[in-house]
Parts: sequence; structure tokens; C-alpha cells
Amino acid sequence: MPSVLLPSLINGFSIRALAASPLAQIAGGMDSDQVLVLVQLNGGNDGLNMVIPLEFYDAYHAARTNIAIPEDKVLRLNGFDKTGLNPAMPELQSMFNEGKLTIIQGVSYPQPNFSHFRATDIWLSGADTSQILSTGWAGRYLNVQYPRFPEDYPNRNMPDPLAIQIGSLVSPALQGPALTMGMAISNPNSFYDLINDRAASVPATRAGDQLAYIREMSVKTDQYAGVIKAAAQKVTKQSGKYPAAGKNPLADQLKIVARLVAGGLRTKIYLVSMGGFDTHAKQTDATDTTTGTHAKLLGKLSEAIGAFQDDLCLLQVEKRVTGMTFSEFGRRIKSNASGGTDHGTAAPVLLFGSGLQPGIIGSNPLLPANATVNDNIAMQYDFRALYASLLEKWFSVDKEVTASVLLKDYPLLPIIQNA
Amino acid sequence: MGSSAPVIAGIKRYKGKWEADQAAHLLKRTLFGVKKEDLDHCHKKSLKKVVKELLYTEAPLPPPPINNYNDDKYTDPEIQPGETWIKSLKYDGMNNGRRKNSFKSWWLGLMIYQDRSIREKMVLFWHNHFVTETNTVDNALFCYQYNMLLRQHALGNFKEFVKAVTVEPAMLRYLNGYANTRKAPDENYGRELQELFTVGKGPGSHYTEEDVKAAARVLTGYTINYKTYTSSFDPNRHDDADKQFSAFYGQRLIRGIKGKEASAELDELVDMIFEQEEVSRFICRKLYRFFVYHTIDEETEKNVIEPLAALFRKKNYEIRPVLEMLFMSRHFFDPANYGSMIKSPVDFTVGLCREFNIVFPDATNYIDQYGFWEQLRNQAAGLQQNIGDPPNVAGWQAYYQLPEYDKLWISSDTLPKRNQFTDRMINGGFSRKDKKIVIDPVAFAAGLPSPEDPDLLISGAVRALYRVELPVDQLHFIKTNILLSGLVGMASDHYWTMAWQAYQTNPTDKNNKNIVPNKLKLLFKYLMDLPEYQLM
Repeated sequence: MPSVLLPSLINGFSIRALAASPLAQIAGGMDSDQVLVLVQLNGGNDGLNMVIPLEFYDAYHAARTNIAIPEDKVLRLNGFDKTGLNPAMPELQSMFNEGKLTIIQGVSYPQPNFSHFRATDIWLSGADTSQILSTGWAGRYLNVQYPRFPEDYPNRNMPDPLAIQIGSLVSPALQGPALTMGMAISNPNSFYDLINDRAASVPATRAGDQLAYIREMSVKTDQYAGVIKAAAQKVTKQSGKYPAAGKNPLADQLKIVARLVAGGLRTKIYLVSMGGFDTHAKQTDATDTTTGTHAKLLGKLSEAIGAFQDDLCLLQVEKRVTGMTFSEFGRRIKSNASGGTDHGTAAPVLLFGSGLQPGIIGSNPLLPANATVNDNIAMQYDFRALYASLLEKWFSVDKEVTASVLLKDYPLLPIIQNA
Repeated sequence: MGSSAPVIAGIKRYKGKWEADQAAHLLKRTLFGVKKEDLDHCHKKSLKKVVKELLYTEAPLPPPPINNYNDDKYTDPEIQPGETWIKSLKYDGMNNGRRKNSFKSWWLGLMIYQDRSIREKMVLFWHNHFVTETNTVDNALFCYQYNMLLRQHALGNFKEFVKAVTVEPAMLRYLNGYANTRKAPDENYGRELQELFTVGKGPGSHYTEEDVKAAARVLTGYTINYKTYTSSFDPNRHDDADKQFSAFYGQRLIRGIKGKEASAELDELVDMIFEQEEVSRFICRKLYRFFVYHTIDEETEKNVIEPLAALFRKKNYEIRPVLEMLFMSRHFFDPANYGSMIKSPVDFTVGLCREFNIVFPDATNYIDQYGFWEQLRNQAAGLQQNIGDPPNVAGWQAYYQLPEYDKLWISSDTLPKRNQFTDRMINGGFSRKDKKIVIDPVAFAAGLPSPEDPDLLISGAVRALYRVELPVDQLHFIKTNILLSGLVGMASDHYWTMAWQAYQTNPTDKNNKNIVPNKLKLLFKYLMDLPEYQLM
């Protein structure tokens, strides 16, 4: 596996020449610094098979008989007997029962778009369905919170990257008015290469020799490489619940996030992602609907978040971190003849962490008795109301600022304890 | 570093594959960047025909630089706006700096609009060889004349070239030849003529300090006329005594000549120097470093430099045959040499404009045209290659400094600036009022084979922009993360195809109009930020 430090590691910072100023030491006492971890599920996650409306089980089963999870296999949630989880998600079930998981039902936006690309843009930018925004919602927040970025950064108050994307390019969610507010560690290998002073492999050719030199220079040039390495090296032991490296890419990404948070980075936002949720066909095994493609995906999601939460607890930073999963859309109520589901609209969002108001917000989706291909799950909450709630209740952002970041006022949801 | 395998292929005629890869290698090295149309044109012809075209095309000489420089502080009373200033013999503190800028921008424009000819690349080569600095010469006309001399001799006879450049006003001024007189000999040119321009400082060069002094005396008497802006020979300032040279030059005695005929001593001096085989080796090594690879190992010295140098001598120092032999050799096309050079700042900036077919204002809008050329020139200067003004008489370090050579172009200062330049060219570009130079990502993609197929689009872009391959998992990463917004699996590819086709059908559709250009911008930005883009 080749790993590339430029521009993966400094992606987004390549826009300017970087001053070679000595970095301020990381100050202590940032335990109150809140961190948000966004988990993007690419492809459109089938929310109806993730959070199952036991309350309307018959309609659910009738709409998607070929992929419906058997009622007795659905994982039960303490205190909420009308709703259950896909059997592939025992870790998330435990977290819910421990009060570390909050489910928000029916999250979408008015006049939803069915295109992956456009719907993704909408979620990441925070736009209305017919509005084109060139900035990302998190980028706008960071731009207000950290004015004069990047000219005045790093500095004593914010010596670290404002946001870090792991496993991908810098997300459009982090796009600020002029440039991106985040940096990317585009694959876990490049992270471990950096902290272990290991050079990425190059071919043994004249060109390879030149590449090795340029990469070395790009690491030296990256003003944040040092703080990331220093933070990572402060953490020598992590939870044993993570699967072996390479088995679960989301877990690999979250493991790095936990390490950087516990290592003292003041980075506010992390983005991680996993793909494969575009399950048009063979979403489940034909004979056993609790297994198959979607179950594997949900299993990895659950395993990764479960290990991450355990790790945060072990590293004593659990209170600082809230996570949120999201996908560009949910899928259709009625399954198709290929054993899959087509692009839909609203879906549940999962929040995880120990500072949450646990439980379920919203009600099970109403399902028609005879669902057709045109039936979609109704919206209960605008996704931007969730963003607003996270900004105000988790990051303690002023109401006016939130409205300016999200370009509108949204009603807040009771997602955070004592907030 | 330095662990790469040696290249053993010698100078024998290359008879291997001649496909787009090979053509791109040849064109990247001999032109600034490779335009798609040039690549298409060349790889359909034979290697021999292409090399002939590159070397023998008699491209017309460019129209001269013009007055683009009237501003609110100065209006040239003599030269009308848009007219060339090269016939003007009036120089003052107001027009000289403006004309120097005009000259340098004009030169950059010639690189952008070069024909399928190696000429402009050779002009840069010779500029880096027979260095003068515009700042030191400090006269726009001299600088222009010198630049045209480089162009005139770029592919001609090296010996004649040496004679001509020796008495060129810019050179007389730069290395004090004009001040080299019988009474007060100035050794500056006499030294560099040997150390930097002809025999060099290689292992086979053994000229002495006495040779420097003797050469300087031969060269006494040249002056610059500041009324006509020409050089001339003044026998009264010439040292007409005999000049004795060392054993390295076979104890040659150059007889002192009196009167106007004394300038013939220069011919004799140059003949004497060119009798040293080291001249041919020195120049061939320098050409090799400029066109092939920075390090010359023993094998290469024996199998490439020696035969090139022998041919150079045999052809009486004609430049074209040497380049022809080099560019048609197995050694040149050894795949180990592909992508083995770091782009010079000029290759980087001008090459980008040519590869992406950046559209500049035409000559009817010469103010903006020269303005954009100047902006690019400043970019290259910021990356440490200021054309017209190399750092010193030895030229740019990256062309000669052991052991780093072209790695010197990349530093913690210049690498971010290189990324900044490519980022800017793809996002917004450079502006002058309502005019702009910027990459059109959709047009570039449309010129690649099958842009609707995400795999072919990426591999086509990689092939167009790089001289090295990207590992498969990198290509996959790029596809998933850039073109497919994180979607994975074979079935996902059609989402890109649909977006591309929808855009082609209706580019103004509100929902689609940003998707394709934005993804392409991200794609090309990403590719240009990777270290691979620094290589050629």
C-alpha cells in the first residue's frame, strides 16, 4: 500500500506558503474542549432496516418481504419497545441501553434530491434543495470560530488543525469561504508512516528517488505534521476492541481519531466515512435477511463505534466527544425485485457519546399498508436542525452565530444532557 | 537516495516502441509541457520525423517586444503604444525599466506560443550557459539583442556561437569585456570563457591561471558604443603583444596583431580552445543534464557522453547532430529516465499553461497579454527561476550543483508555492480586470479518451499530466473520493457517467451545473498537488 503524504496530509494547506515559525506548545487543561466526530455513510443508508419500526412491523414486512428482518431477530432497546435495531449492531444496542446512543427519526429536508452527488452536496453544505452553496456547513462554523484562518494559525490558542478528515480527501463540509478549514490524513497508513518516521515506499527508479525527496520535503513543509505526531505519541495503549488493522476501515479511522483526541489535539471536528450503502440489489442474503451486504456494513459501523466509545472511555476523554452518523438519503420503503432498495428520502441519524440526552427523538415512520415504489419516509426533522443543535448545545455557539452559519433559524432538538 | 538502478542503454539508435508514452517523454523534455495536439501529431509520425521536426523546423523569428508600458506616470514620447521599441536608441530612467519588463514578458510569451521546435528550450539552455543578467546589463535593447543572438545560434554552430557571444554588447557589459584594455586588463571574461563556456572544470580540463591572463589579453579592445548600441573593436585599447598559453593548450603562442586586423586574434583563441576535446565533452554533459538526467555515472560517460562528444567534434561543433543522436538513442528512451527530472519553474508554469491550453488575450489586447505573461514570469521567479536574471554567471544552481541538482528547485519555500500556483490556476486563476487566465477543467477532460468512464478519465488524466504511473489503489482512491463522492463498488461508476452525460446534454441545469466542473477541479487539483506532478 503506498501512502502519500502530499497532498493527503497537508491537503488544503497547499494553498499558501507556510511560515516556518516554531509552534506553541500544546497548553494543558483542554479537557472541556468539545469534539464532534462526523461519520459519513456514503451511498444512502437504508434506515428502515437499521432502525426497525416494530410498532408497524406488519406494514414493514409487507413493504419489503424479501429483505425484512424477522421480528424475533430485531435487537430490543431498553424502554423503547416500539423500535429496534438491525441484529448486526449489538454494540450499538448496548450503547443505547447504556444511554450513549440517541436516535433521531426521519431526518431529511424539504423536497429531497435523489441524486447521490447533489444530495451529498446538500448535506455537506447545508443548502436548501434548490440552493447552491460553495461552502460547507462545518467550514462556515470554523470560519466564524477561528477568524483569520489560515494567516494567523497555528497560534497559542489553536495550535492544532481546526478539523481533520481521515480516510478521504478533505470533505466539502469543511470548505470555508476562501479555502478549506480542514486537513486530511487520506489513509491510515500515511498516519502511521508519519508517526513512525517511515517513508512511504517509492519504486527503485530515478523517478522514485525524486519522489521520495519531494515527499520528504512535503512532510517538512507541513506545519501540522509535528503536532499530530506529538499528539499520537502521547497515546501508547488503545482499546483491544478494535478489529485488526485493515479489517474494518471505519474502525481504523476512528482509532486514529481517539488517539489524536486523547493525545491532546484541540481539533474541533473529525470526519470519517465508509462507503457501500448504495444497496440497489442483494441487500440481504435471500435465505437469511439478517446477513448479507447491508448487515455487513451495519456490523462494521456498530463494531467501529463500539470500539471507539470503549477506547474513549479507556483514554478518559469520553466526555469530550460526540459523534453523528449521516447518509445522503435513506432508501425507499418498498424493496425492489432484486432484493435491494432504491434511493429514498428521510432516515434516522445516530448520535453517540456519553454527553447525550439518550433515547429516541421522533416517532417511527408511518408506513402505508400497501407501499408502492413511490412511497417515501416522511421527514420529521431537518438535518440542519441537528447541525444547529450540535453547534448551540454541544459547541455552545451563540444563537445568532448558528443562524448565520446555517443561514436560517432552526428549532433545536434536546440532544445534549444539561444543555 | 541514489539507490536507483543504473541505466545501461547506450547511444545506439532506439528501435523500440514508439507510442504516446515515448512521444510524451521526448516532447516533455524538448518543449515546455506537452499539448495534446502536439502529442497527437507526433506519435502518429516516426521518431525520426518527429526529431527532425523538433530540430530542423525553421520557425519564423517572433515579432519583437512592444510598448505595453505607458502608465499614469509615463508615456513614451517616441514609441507609440503597441509599437516595438527595439529601434529606439534613446534610453533613460523612465523607459529602460519598463522596456526590460516588456522584454522579459515577451520572452515568456514566446515560450507559451512556441512551435513544435526545440528552439525556445534551447534558448533557455543557452541563457543558462552564456549567462547574462538583465539587472546587471541594465539596458533593455542589449538584453533583447542578446536574447535574439541565443535564438539565432540556438541550433547552429557552437564555435561560431562562442565567437559571437564574446563580442555581444550584453556579454561585454556583463563580464566587463568592455573594460578589458591593454592598460588595465580585466580577466573576467577570459576566465569564464574557459571555466563556464567552453572547456569547463571537468576532470579533463587543465587550463591555468596564466591561460586566463593570456586569454584576457587576446580579448582586449572591445568596446560598447552607447549611441548606436553596438560593440566594436578599438585597436588602440588592444594588447598587441604575443600571448603564451600553457601545456594544456599545447604551449600555443598567439602572435600579437596590430591595428584593425587584431580582432582575428579572437578567432585564433577560439580555434585553440576548440582543439581541446574537453570542450565537446563539457557541452555534451551539460546538454545531457538539461535534457536527460542530472547524474552522469561512469557507464553514461563512456556510452553516451563520449560518442556524443566525438560526433560533436566530427561535425565541427554543429549542435543539431548531437541533439539528434541523443534524442534518437536507446539511452534517452530507457524507461528509467521517464519522469526522472524535477520540472524547472519555467517548465512548471509555462508547461501547465500549454498542457491545459490556457487561453491568453491575443495581440489586439497586448496590454493584458503582456500583463498575464508578466504574472506567469513572476510566478516562475517566485519559484526561483527568474528568466533573464539567473543568480550568477554560473546559471541556476539546479543545473549544476552536485549532488542535489534539480532537487534544489524543491524547498520548504517553493513546494508550497508550486502547489499554490496550481491550486490557483484551477480555482479562479489570475485576473486582470475583466480578463482571466484559468484552467477549464471540463474542456481538458473532454480532450481525454472516454471522460464519461471514471477509470478511463483518471488514467487518461494521469497519463496526460504525469510521466510516471500511479499505483492502482491510488487510482481507486481518487475515483471513489473525488468522482464518486465516496460511493464504492463497480455499480457506482455509472453515477459519474450519468453526471457527465447530463452535463454534456444540459450544462446549465441548475442541479447538475456545478457537479461535473467541481469534481473535475478537485480531480486536477489533487493530481497537481501530488509529488508526481513535479516530475517530467
